[in-house]
Amino acid sequence: MSQMIAAFFERLNDTQGLNFSIFYDAFDRSRFLTGLWTTTYICVASILASLAIGLIGVWIAGSGSRLGRLLVRTYVQFFRNTPPLVQLSFFYFAVGGVLPTVSDGFGGQSPLISGTGWAIIAFSLFAGAFNVEIFRAGIEAVPETMVEAAESLGYTRFQLWRQIVLPLAFRICLPALNNNLVNLVKTTTLAYAIGVPELLYAASQIWSEMFNVREMMNVLLVVYVLLVGVLVWIMHRWEKAMRIPGYMP
Amino acid sequence: MRVGATDLPVLKPFRAGPIAPSGLAAPLLLSAGLIAGAAIVFAGSLALAQATGPATRDSAVTILWRWAPLIFQGFLFNLLISFLSMALGTAVGVLFGIGQVSPSAALRKPAWAATQFFRNAPWLVLLFYAMFLLPFEIRLGPISIAFPAWIKAIIGLALPVAANVSEIVRGGIRSIPSGQWESAESLAFSRRQTMWMIILPQAFKRMIPPWMNLYAILTMATTLISVVGIQDGLTVTRAALVAESRPELMLPMYLLLLLMFFAYCYPIARLTMALERRFNVKG
Repeated sequence: MSQMIAAFFERLNDTQGLNFSIFYDAFDRSRFLTGLWTTTYICVASILASLAIGLIGVWIAGSGSRLGRLLVRTYVQFFRNTPPLVQLSFFYFAVGGVLPTVSDGFGGQSPLISGTGWAIIAFSLFAGAFNVEIFRAGIEAVPETMVEAAESLGYTRFQLWRQIVLPLAFRICLPALNNNLVNLVKTTTLAYAIGVPELLYAASQIWSEMFNVREMMNVLLVVYVLLVGVLVWIMHRWEKAMRIPGYMP
Repeated sequence: MRVGATDLPVLKPFRAGPIAPSGLAAPLLLSAGLIAGAAIVFAGSLALAQATGPATRDSAVTILWRWAPLIFQGFLFNLLISFLSMALGTAVGVLFGIGQVSPSAALRKPAWAATQFFRNAPWLVLLFYAMFLLPFEIRLGPISIAFPAWIKAIIGLALPVAANVSEIVRGGIRSIPSGQWESAESLAFSRRQTMWMIILPQAFKRMIPPWMNLYAILTMATTLISVVGIQDGLTVTRAALVAESRPELMLPMYLLLLLMFFAYCYPIARLTMALERRFNVKG
């Protein structure tokens, strides 16, 4: 099968001049797959971290502390209203430059946090800022009477959140969350700017050697649309599975 | 006994002062707090750079003062790009959006497909797409239209903007109750008349907040053009850092650029929220 695909694309290159080298050249394919893996890894890690940041942020913002609220608001507004690419550069070059380096055991010095690490940190903070707002909107939509009823039953704040507010709020904000996570997947291409070997970087390496910009560009677009499609599919499945009949539109 | 007054022992109406800052005061306080916070962080990073820098050479403040006008110029170029691609993207996007609600499937389906495709592709990839695949000039007989890099960048950024505007227009049109369509039909309005004279004027108001939101996102995305080698604010900042080769200046330098964008985008975000709230009440 794989032989046939390789033969087909090799013939396509010879006869039509359409050079999809990733399908027949083992080296290009491995580079491309490595890029795909890195992108997926960054996506999954930053989605999980951004969800955690969103939860922690909304918890602090909802607690009584005035200082905590101000800090969360400042964080959210700052990260929402500045360009993610500049944020990434700031973290990678400026903060990463200040941090100490560690010995890599071969006599050299390697940075404490790699480019991939900084990409995950920057994207998590960026998407997390949006998640705080999304979760807050969801929590505000939970009927007040439900919270009051639970309070009157002697729930502590943590129990109230874990068992009543969050399960309801989560269902309410899933569509908005969906949008934000899709956006996060698209934002991961920015890691190209700091030399993380993700999908766009791998593709650009391939097209600069094989001179097949047009083909790689289209492959890249299709792969990203597929990646987003997979995420949207998972989220829709989830949305459906968590639906409460008669409660949500 | 005076008319309208009473001498019965009742509580007189009184006006209590607001307990928590409300109305205009709350956003003002929040904005002031945010700006103060940003200023403190920036000043702190500058002081750190000042303290750790070599004493024999120019101080951090001097260097920053020297480069700030250039960085600001780069930032203004970002704004220029954002205006132009927003204009182009909106023009194309409105057509696509109206196409998406067209009764003819031949118009609706391609508009839908194009919208979904460009909405779900990363901005940077679309920018590369435009940079590499557009020719540097188009020849139409004797006239040749030149496509320098920055125009290609505008087109590349306008692609996702158009797709998003298309969705905004579709959502806005869909949000108008179907009764409006039906009553227009009963008054013998044609479809085109209904769209231009009844639906779009109403939907327009609701499209403004998301449209402004998109503009803020686009402004922040304009820094992407530095990746494809166009001289914008981020490029200038990097060049300044390379020219001075003072690593301790990186924090304040990047923060300066971040603050410029923040100062521009934050008021837009606040205005968007205020408009959203206002249009929500009126419905």
